[in-house]
Amino acid sequence: MEELMHFDFKGLVIILMSAVFVNNYVLQRFLGICPFLGVSKKLDQATGMSIAVIFVMLLATAVTWPIQYYLLDPNDLGYMQTIVFILVIAALVQLVEIVLKKYVPSLHAALGVYLPLITTNCAVLGVTILNITENYDFAASMINSLGSGLGFFLAMVLFSGVRSRMEGGDTPEAFKGLPITLVAASIVSISFFGFAGVIEHLFS
Amino acid sequence: MNKLKILTKGFIKENPVLVLVLGTCPTLAVSTQASNAIGMGLAATVVLLCSNIAISALRKVIPDKVRIPCYIVLIAGFVTIVQMLIKAFAPELDEQLGIYLPLIVVNCIILGRAEMFANKNTVLDSALDGIGMGIGFTLALFVMATIREILGSGTWLGMEIPVLIDNNISIMTLAPGGFFVFGCLIALVNKISKGKTIRKDDFSCRGCPSAAACGKLKSAEGGEGSEA
Repeated sequence: MEELMHFDFKGLVIILMSAVFVNNYVLQRFLGICPFLGVSKKLDQATGMSIAVIFVMLLATAVTWPIQYYLLDPNDLGYMQTIVFILVIAALVQLVEIVLKKYVPSLHAALGVYLPLITTNCAVLGVTILNITENYDFAASMINSLGSGLGFFLAMVLFSGVRSRMEGGDTPEAFKGLPITLVAASIVSISFFGFAGVIEHLFS
Repeated sequence: MNKLKILTKGFIKENPVLVLVLGTCPTLAVSTQASNAIGMGLAATVVLLCSNIAISALRKVIPDKVRIPCYIVLIAGFVTIVQMLIKAFAPELDEQLGIYLPLIVVNCIILGRAEMFANKNTVLDSALDGIGMGIGFTLALFVMATIREILGSGTWLGMEIPVLIDNNISIMTLAPGGFFVFGCLIALVNKISKGKTIRKDDFSCRGCPSAAACGKLKSAEGGEGSEA
């Protein structure tokens, strides 16, 4: 118990901060681009989608981490990782939807639409696999998932603001629609480079 | 539809990346080096071909209601096989692709083709469609990686480009360069085809397997979420 309580607080803060700012899932790692481009038009939709993503990421990590270390690894089934994880996530999303519909209808009304979109969101599968490849322990994995989710949220909200400004702009014919959105994403992505040095010197 | 047309439509006319805008994540992430792009493209092509054949062969067996989970399991199986093959025979490529190799499972191109083509057509047609789309994906990735690698690091497939090697624009190989080059390429396709390709006023969801849920999102707010 003593061991458990005595975890490395500084390390966790660094993991959280770098997941949000430096290794931002959308803008630096290119995971979850589809919802980033598809659902970031309006602020309320962007917020709803991001909250659903944070929720599912945390839940998926809480389930897949024990599966990897207590079920797959002891039985030499590490190669089943991809299949098992995607199935667990798909089942989990369905389960969450059913539970929310039955017991928390108000939350279901707000998030229900976004949940089916998350099954095939590579950010969720990505975070669960990265937690294993980075050899994080359980606490670090959860913090990393939280940070990744928050990073997704930050990118979505920032970008929906940028997009609403862009609506009125006069773009060349060929760039209308998706191309100009991508160019804008590129500029938002540059702005995140500013965080690179901050995290390294957080505690020094 | 004649066979040749099924095969070749994926190359340019219905290019999965530049026209249908599917599989954006791996496209942006892997296109920093031309050699990685070819590796990723081939891996995805193999998975796409196998999954298209399997899904088309099983299209009468799989019940409609649980088809998406069934497809995901099939695809994940093929991805695991490809992953093991790459780990065994090309470990450097495995290191370069990293997380994006298992993420082929959720690549929308593969699920999208299963949903749009393989579950309605014969095995042979689906196989041709898989090969065509796979080549289109590889082609788009290769073009993008070529631009980014030449401008960003001044090399191309291991060759050094004389002047550019000393004057490289390293941001091209980083994340912003990826978004920028991708945006410009799609704009170029729009310009050349003069809007004859599918008009993208909004982000194209046509081929996305979750398009049903997404469409619901756009039309009605706070509606009931249903299974994708």
